[in-house]
This record gives sequence, C-alpha cells and structure tokens, in this order.
Amino acid sequence: MPRPNAMPRQKGDMKKSAGTIKRLFSFLFQNFAPQLIVVACCIVITVFANTRGTLFMQTLIDDYIIPMTGQENPDYGPLAGAILTMVMFYGIGIVAALVQNLVMARVTQGTLDKLRRAMFDHMQDLPIRYFDTHPHGDIMSMYTNDIDTLRQMVSQSLPQFLNSGITIVTVFICMIRLSLPLTCLSVAMVIVIMNASKAIAMRSGKYFMAQQKDIATVNAHIEEMMNGQKVVQVFNHEPEAIEEFEKLNDQLFDSANNANKYANVLMPVNAQLGNLSYVLAAVVGGMLAIYTGSLSLGSLASFLSFNRSFAMPINQISQQLNFIVMAMAGADRIFTLLDTDPEVDDGYVMLVNAKVNEKGEVEESKERTGKWAWKHYHKADNTTTYRMLEGDVVYASVDFGYVPEKQILYDISVYAKPGQKIAFVGATGAGKTTIINLINRFYDIEDGKIRIDGINVNKIKKADLRRSMGLVLQDTHLFTGTVAENIRFGKLDATDEEVVKAAKLANADGFIRRLPQGYDTMLTANGANLSQGQRQLLAIARAAIYDPPVLVLDEATSSIDTRTEKLVQEGLDALMKGRTSFVIAHRLSTIRNSDCIMVMEQGRIIERGSHDDLIAQQGKYYQLYTGKVVNA
Amino acid sequence: MIKTLLSQVKQYKKASILTPLFMLLEVVVEMSIPRLMAVIVDEGITAGNMNAIVVNGFLMVLLAGVGLFAGFMGGKYGALASTGFAHNLRESMFRKIQTFSFKNIDRFSTASLVTRLTTDVTNLQNAYQMILRMGMRSPASLIVAMVMAFTISPRLATIYVGVVILLGGGLFAIAFSVRKVFMRIFKEYDNMNESVQENVTGIRVVKAYVREEHEKSKFSATSIGLMKKFIHAESILALNAPMMMTAAYGSMMLISWFGAHMIIQNELTTGNLMSLMTYSMNILMSLMMLSMAFVMITMSTASMERIAEVLNEEPSITNPDDPVKEVADGSIRFDHVYFAYNENSKEPVLSDINLDIKSGEVIGIIGSTGSAKTSLVNLISRLYDVTDGSLSVGGRDVRDYDLVTLRDEVSVVLQKNVLFSGSIYDNLRWGDPNATDEECQRVCRLACADEFIERFPDGYDTHIEQGGTNVSGGQRQRLCIARALLKKPKVLILDDSTSAVDTATDAKIRKAFRDEIPGTTKLIIAQRISSVQDADRIIVMDNGKINGVGTHEELLETNEIYRDVFESQTGGTGDFDEAKGGA
Repeated sequence: MPRPNAMPRQKGDMKKSAGTIKRLFSFLFQNFAPQLIVVACCIVITVFANTRGTLFMQTLIDDYIIPMTGQENPDYGPLAGAILTMVMFYGIGIVAALVQNLVMARVTQGTLDKLRRAMFDHMQDLPIRYFDTHPHGDIMSMYTNDIDTLRQMVSQSLPQFLNSGITIVTVFICMIRLSLPLTCLSVAMVIVIMNASKAIAMRSGKYFMAQQKDIATVNAHIEEMMNGQKVVQVFNHEPEAIEEFEKLNDQLFDSANNANKYANVLMPVNAQLGNLSYVLAAVVGGMLAIYTGSLSLGSLASFLSFNRSFAMPINQISQQLNFIVMAMAGADRIFTLLDTDPEVDDGYVMLVNAKVNEKGEVEESKERTGKWAWKHYHKADNTTTYRMLEGDVVYASVDFGYVPEKQILYDISVYAKPGQKIAFVGATGAGKTTIINLINRFYDIEDGKIRIDGINVNKIKKADLRRSMGLVLQDTHLFTGTVAENIRFGKLDATDEEVVKAAKLANADGFIRRLPQGYDTMLTANGANLSQGQRQLLAIARAAIYDPPVLVLDEATSSIDTRTEKLVQEGLDALMKGRTSFVIAHRLSTIRNSDCIMVMEQGRIIERGSHDDLIAQQGKYYQLYTGKVVNA
Repeated sequence: MIKTLLSQVKQYKKASILTPLFMLLEVVVEMSIPRLMAVIVDEGITAGNMNAIVVNGFLMVLLAGVGLFAGFMGGKYGALASTGFAHNLRESMFRKIQTFSFKNIDRFSTASLVTRLTTDVTNLQNAYQMILRMGMRSPASLIVAMVMAFTISPRLATIYVGVVILLGGGLFAIAFSVRKVFMRIFKEYDNMNESVQENVTGIRVVKAYVREEHEKSKFSATSIGLMKKFIHAESILALNAPMMMTAAYGSMMLISWFGAHMIIQNELTTGNLMSLMTYSMNILMSLMMLSMAFVMITMSTASMERIAEVLNEEPSITNPDDPVKEVADGSIRFDHVYFAYNENSKEPVLSDINLDIKSGEVIGIIGSTGSAKTSLVNLISRLYDVTDGSLSVGGRDVRDYDLVTLRDEVSVVLQKNVLFSGSIYDNLRWGDPNATDEECQRVCRLACADEFIERFPDGYDTHIEQGGTNVSGGQRQRLCIARALLKKPKVLILDDSTSAVDTATDAKIRKAFRDEIPGTTKLIIAQRISSVQDADRIIVMDNGKINGVGTHEELLETNEIYRDVFESQTGGTGDFDEAKGGA
C-alpha cells in the first residue's frame, strides 16, 4: 500500500486542483452515472441502517429493558420484535454495502481502464516531438503510478467521503434535536480536531514532499552508480561511491522519518481529542441535566454516543485527505497528457490503388493492383487528378530547427529521382537524422518545400504519406508477439507466403527457421532472445513486406559487426533495388554505390556527388574516408 | 532470509522494541476508556451524580493524555524504526554491491539492482512499520477486549469467541484467495507496462508504418483484460465489509437479546451492556487490521526475498590474505588460461591461452563479435578470475595482488563506458583524486579531448549529464581514455574505445601514446584494422582461441581471418564518422 504523500497546497494549486476534481467527477458521471447513483443509494441505506442501529441501542435500554425490570413475568415479545426489525434493517444495510462494493469495483476499474485507453489512444496521435521532449520514464509512470493513485481515490476515498458526509449530517441533525448547547460544544471540539489534523497533515505533507524529492534523488543516484558499477570498480572508486550514497541516504531517512512520524501521530491525536470531547460533553451535559433539568438523562446518554459517532467520520476523512491530494496530482498529469495537442493533419491528398487504362490514363481502382497513385482533389476547379506514386523526392531550400532559437538545418536541397539511392554522411549532430525526420513529417519544416512526386508533403494525409515510405532504424523496435506478427506489422493482412517471401528477401528466413518455433517463436522485451543482427534482419523484413516505393535507412547497420553486416547488407541491397532510398550510414560498404552522397556538417550540405567524384575532390569526404588530413 | 533482514535493524533495535510496547499501552488505554464511559453513564448520568461524572471525566482525560503520549511515542518510534531499517537496508545493499565482482554484477541485472534498492526497500519499510505497529496492536487489542468482555460477563463474551472464529476464518480465506489473484494481476501489469514501453520507445516505427490503430486495439485488449482481473480481485475483497458488518451486527443483536435477559435478572448493568457493544467493535476492527496486515506482508515477501538475495550474495573475487602492494612492471603472461563465465558450462569462453607480453609492448587484438576479446583482457585486472591456468602481471599471479593496487596499475577503458554527472574535472579525477588541473589537461591532450573541451563555454568545468548524454559518443570515449590515463598505469587496456572516434583522431591518439607513454604496456581491442596495424604484435582471436599472433605484415601473409577482415575493410568497410550516435 503506498504511503500518501500530501503536497502542501498553495492558492494557485487550489484553483487548479478544483478544476482537476471537477473534471474527474464529470468524467466519472459521464461514464458511470447509473452505477454512481446506485452506489449513492447504497451508501444512504448503509448510513441509515447504522444510525438506526445506534438509535436502537438507546431505546433498547430505555424502552425495552428498563420497563421489564422488576416485572414478575417479563414479556420478551416486544424486545424480540424490535430485534427482528433491527435484523431486517441491518440485513438491508449489509446487502447495500455488498452491492456498493461490487458496483464500486466496477466503477473504479472501469474508470481506470477508460483512462488508460484514452491516454494510450491519445498518445498514439501525439507528434514525435512529444516523445522526443518528454522522458520516457515519465510517460510510463502515468500508466502505473498516477493511475494507481486514482484507484485508491475512486475506490476508497470517494465512497468514504460520501459515507462520512452523510453520517455527519444525520448525526448532526439527531444531536441538534437532543440538545442545542451540547451540539455547539461538540461542533467546537470538531473544529479543534480539524485544525489539529490540518496542522499535522501540513507538516507531514511538507516532509512527504521532501521525501518524494529525496527518493527521486536517491533513485537517480542509484541508477547512475549501478549503470556505472563496472567503471566504479575499475577505478577503485568504491569508498567515494559509498560516501556519496550515504549522504543522500541519510537525507532520505531524515525526511521519511519525519513524514512518517507526523502521519503516524495524526490518528492518536484525533482519537484522544475525540475522547476529550466526550468528557466535556459528559460534564457539561451532566451539569445541564442535573442542575438545570433542561436535558433528560436518557437524552444525554444518547447524545454522548452520537458525540462518538460524530468524531469518527471526521477522523476517517482526514485519513483520506493525503490520498486525495496525491490522486489530484496524478490526475493532473494524466489530463495534461490528454490535453496535449495531437499531430495536426490537414493533408487531403490520398494514396489509392491505381491502374492505367487503355488510354494511358491513371484510374482509381477498388482492388489491390500493386500500383499506387496520389489522388489529388483541387478545390479551385472541383476536379480530381491522379498521379502515379513513383518516389520522386525533392527537398527545396529547407530550413529547420526543433526549437525556434536553434536552427539545425540550413538551406537543404536534395533531388532524388525514382529508384535512386541518396546517402548522407557526416559527424554526429550534423543533421542527418533531422533531414530524414522531415520527409515523413515527423516534424514539419519552417521554410522551403519537400515534394514527393511533385506534391508538397504538407498536402498529403500523414497516414498516406507514411504508407509510401518504409523506415529502418539503428535501434530496432520489435514488439511482443511472434516473429511472423512482427514482420506482418508492415502489412496486417499479409498471407503466410508473403511473410516468408519478405523474410527471404531480407535474408532472415534462414535464422528464423532455426528458431525453436520458427515463425511462431514468441519475441519478448524487444526481441531480447535474438542477436542485434537478427533483430535488424527482422526490421528489414518488416520494411520489405510494407513494399514502399521510398525507403529510409537511418544507421541500419551500425551496431552490427563486420561479418554479420555482410548478411544484413545483402538483405538491404535486395530491398533497395528499384526504390528511392535515403541512407544514413558511416560504413563505406553501405554508401559507396549510392547515386549521390551528401556530406553534412553543422546542418549544411558541404559536398555532394558520387563516391569517386568526392574522393577526387579531396575534401571533407576524402578526409573522413582515408583518415588523412588535407591541407586546404 | 528473515534472519538476514532482521540483522539490519541494528541501532534501531530499541525503537523496534519500544514501538510495540507503546502501541500496547495505547491499546490498554483505548480499552479502559469505554469502561470509564460506562461508569460515567451508570454512576454519573443515570444516577444523577455530578461528582461521579467529574471524577471519572477527569480520570478519562488523564487516560486520554496517557493514550496520546503512547500513541505519539508509538508513532514516533514506529517511524524511526521502519525508516531506519530501510536506511540500513539500502546502505548495506549498496556497500555489498560495491564488493561485488563483475561476475556478481552480471548475475543481477542493473535494472533489478535498482529496483531492489528502491521499490523493494520501500515495500519492506511499509511492511515493517505495519508489523511493529499493528502486529502487536491488533492481537493485543483483540485479547484485551476479549479479557475485558470476559470480566464483564463470561457468558456473553463466549458469543464473541464464536463470532471471532467464524469471522477470522472468513477474513483469512479472503486474504488468501485474493493474494493469488493479485499475483496474477502483477504479471498482467508487467505485460501492460511492456506494451506501453514498446510503444513509447518505438513510436517512430508505429507512426512510420501507420500502425496507430492496430496498436490501440491491441492495448485495449490488454487494458480490458487487466480490468477484468482487477474486478475479480476486488469482488472477492468486496465481501470483507459485509462480512464484518454481519459479524458486528449479529453479535450486537445476540448480546442485546441475552444481555436484556441478564439485566432483568440483575446479572448485568445497562452501562456494562454498552461497554460490551464497544468491545465488539474493537474486536472486529482488530481482526480487519490483521487480515489487512496479512495481505500486505504476503505481498512484500517477494521484496524480502530479493533484498536478502543481494545481502547474501558472496563476492566471487576477494583480496588475498597477504596481498602484494607493488606491481613490478607491465609484463603480462597467460599460462594455459581457460575461462568460463559459468563453471557449469561445457564450452569455455577462452581455452588454452598462452601469451607473453613484454612491458611496454603495444598489442592489438582483433576478431569478430563473440570471439572473446573482451573476456581476454578482463582477466588481466581481475575483473573476472581465470577458471584454469594462471595469469601473471609483473611476474606475479594476479590473485596475489591487492585488488586496489592491481586495478590502479592495470587501467581498463571498458567497452561500455560511462561518465558520471559532475564536471569534466570531477570525471577525470576518478583516475586520480589528487591530480592538478595541469595534469588533467595533459591527459586530455594525449587523448585528443582537449580540442573539444576547450570549445565548450565552461571548458573543463563543463557539467556532464548523467551517463554523459550531453557529449557525443566520440567525445565520451576520449574523455574515458583521458580518465584512464590519469592513473599513470603500467598497463593500459582499450576495449574498443575509439570506435566512435574518426580515423584521423584515432591515429593521433595512438601516436600520442607511442610518444608520451612509451613504458606503458598497451592492449588495444578494435574492429578497425587501422587501429591496430601499427602495433608491435597483433593477436587474432577466433572463438575463444588465439588464431594467430604477429605483426600486420606477418598476419597478412599467414593468417586467413586477418586477411579477410583487412580486405573487407579496405574494400569499402572503413568506418566513417562518429558511430553509434544518431542525432
């Protein structure tokens, strides 16, 4: 069970929290209104049965037992009847409690499920920029930690609040009916209790905050040291590592100790103040009853027991406060994710199956023809034109920066004819990957134009644009599932034969067949049971089945040793045949036979040409390739 | 396991003992107060005796004061004991890990060590606090309430015994069956996390292949599956409260009925009846708490096991009894060395390695991935111990040396190298804490790191982010080399340490080594022929065996593997820019 960590609430936060609470509630009501009404009814019934029980206990003595004392042959009939009535009431209360719990479990889990799916659906629509600018650990923690705080709140705090609220109101009414002055006294005591709770909760909240911060620091430190543990040993750095860890560990102990101390103290303080309130009411009530006679002794006895039932729900609410504050912080993060603007897509040019008719015109086709065309609707004259998808890619004077303050690419112009292979080389940070990020609109350019088959990529629907190009990255990303499923990722309706064909093209068929279950072998944890080279071959097979006219390879062979690379390279060469390819690589074998090599430096293309041209130029490319420094 | 963990309580023993004692005191107070309340009602209010009200009221306030004190102290010591215990666990584990050899570290993954030090400790801290505070309190409160009930009326108290047995059985049955469901839920949770992680890290692939909808529907299925399992678990837990209520109300009704009879027969006072009612609530609440504690403790047993596993791990490499603290020179000798990462594996990683390396020699090592190049050099500074045969440095077996001495003299730049958060100076001084700024700058010049460091606005004071993410791969490698040089070692090992450095700089670094530290034995593992071709001797590794030793020219003549690699590289597999980066 997680310890609640209350955050001290400032005025600004209060407003924000109020907004978050409102939104959470409206989310709950939109989805689970009938269930919530049932729960509310159940709670009312339970509280009613409980109060009825307390009332009965009072009358039990006065109305049923006292009259019978002293009788020769006491008649137990009325008592038996009353008890049976109570059994009925309680029975209803118990059934209501059961129904409440069962329904609440569904509401809670349903809410979490809906939120999780809303988050995931929304996340899939977010631009790449979001993932590049948010730590992945933070995104993931929303699905676990933040959702978990909400579980606690919806399933426990919410019904508890409702229950306590109703109890307080009913008990309050009963108390007023018994004695106004005593009620004032009890209310005064409750205010004292609430203030005491608040003071303690504030303090523990402060330390819980500090604790969260210290935990984060210790976590970060541990993570860093554990990752570098081998280096620590190589440098005999153990004593220093321990010393530093000790400092942070002591700090964490300090804040955790204080936070827990105050949290632990809350309950006894509340309980004893409740007892004090009882004594006060007894003394004052006793005086009222005995000296003024304005209160019957029976009423006083009843009042005292109500006094106890009055303090209880307040204790319970104060116990829940920390959970609620924590849940609000979690809900806030979740809503922030849900509010993040999704990728904009105002493209209208679509990719359709096409065939060429007798007159040599391109025509849209319902069936899969294996040929594709861009369907371009012109608003101006209400006509639709078709253009075959060929893979003719043009960058014209493109400028770009991830943030406005820092321009990354300067005046990039690239012309790739269908079927050509264009390579980018240059140091890390020269902007190679950035160029590739732009073509399938992971990011949108600021200035200049990128066209495919003569159409500005901004006019093309993103999904259709991306359908026209395949991507193979240095870090292969495989998904949990079988080998066949991973290849089929490129084309969901691919037949088994197509899967095998793609694997053969990528040189992957051989090793797949040697796997324990062949194509049905399960891959877990990004294909941890495969070697890097094998993973890369699967990624290539995935691109092959996608069968795109344009292929983008970002360091696809970099993390593979020379021998395995041969195999991968053959797969890639087979794949690149007849496709427009953009290749980022630092191995010569990958780029040597390119139609054009672009040498990048600090966001600019500084040299361009074929391998032989560039070697002859004796410029930067020559220097990179031969390792010889050329005097300019 | 329990013993290992409890031994970590150490200086918090006192707090750990005091906590339950204070909780016990609190329980006694808590139980006496309903009694006093009954007295107030019976002797004070019902009898109209103001004096009794005030006297007993005063007593009750006193008791409340004692209760407050006990609760306060119990809370304080409980917090101290549990957070202190957690503190000790973290410290002991961290210290233990520092004594681990590479072999020990390999056994636990880095991620698992992090979880053990953080989440698992927090789980245990909470469970420990629960045990100290509730473990004593709940049974005690149960027993005290029972005893009190018995002193009032043994006959009525037997009702409680019956109810407690029934309810206790029910609660524990629920706790037990729900625990199994939760174990399954944890697994499902892991699957869901993995699915999220895949999608977060692989978002480029998902988007490039326009598979958003496909992934959404896959995730929906997972999420709904998790929801169903959770509902199943919570539906079982939902029985808890109604069961409690049935027990509570049932016993109240029974006591009302039988109590009424007894009052009429003058065997019981009305005040006593009220007290009995209060005790019934106490008894049932303690049972509830116990069942909660039970669920919590069973859930934390997995954490306990994981922590104990670290604490009980025996470091596989330890200092010899009478260690040699001086390494004579940089000569290295492998004598029929065999090595396997796991004693039980049939196929050793290295077999029958025989090598004689003179002090000051430059040795290149080349071979495909998996040919055991790294394993070979890791033995020299005793990062792993040989399985069979012997390995000596400076004429003595490495197992005779003091570990610190050996590792100071044999400096390794690991393949998977990391920098730590801190300034460049801080990072460099890992090699020598007392190095002056000038010395630091000198080694950076040797490693060709000076050129880029001086271009940073803050120069050598530039802050390096965790893992060195704010410098490029090639820059990181050069800083790691400089750091290793600062040790002024007799043997320097570079394990593929210039793979991300361009060919020209790589050549410059090697030239600096040759000119500036000629006396140091240098072992260079590389993928690129150009990185090793000017070495005194080159070792070609293949499948854990030495395939050939010789100069570049000799090997080109005689060694097929070497010739193969050479031709494939000059034939167009030269490395270009800084690899393994990707902006």
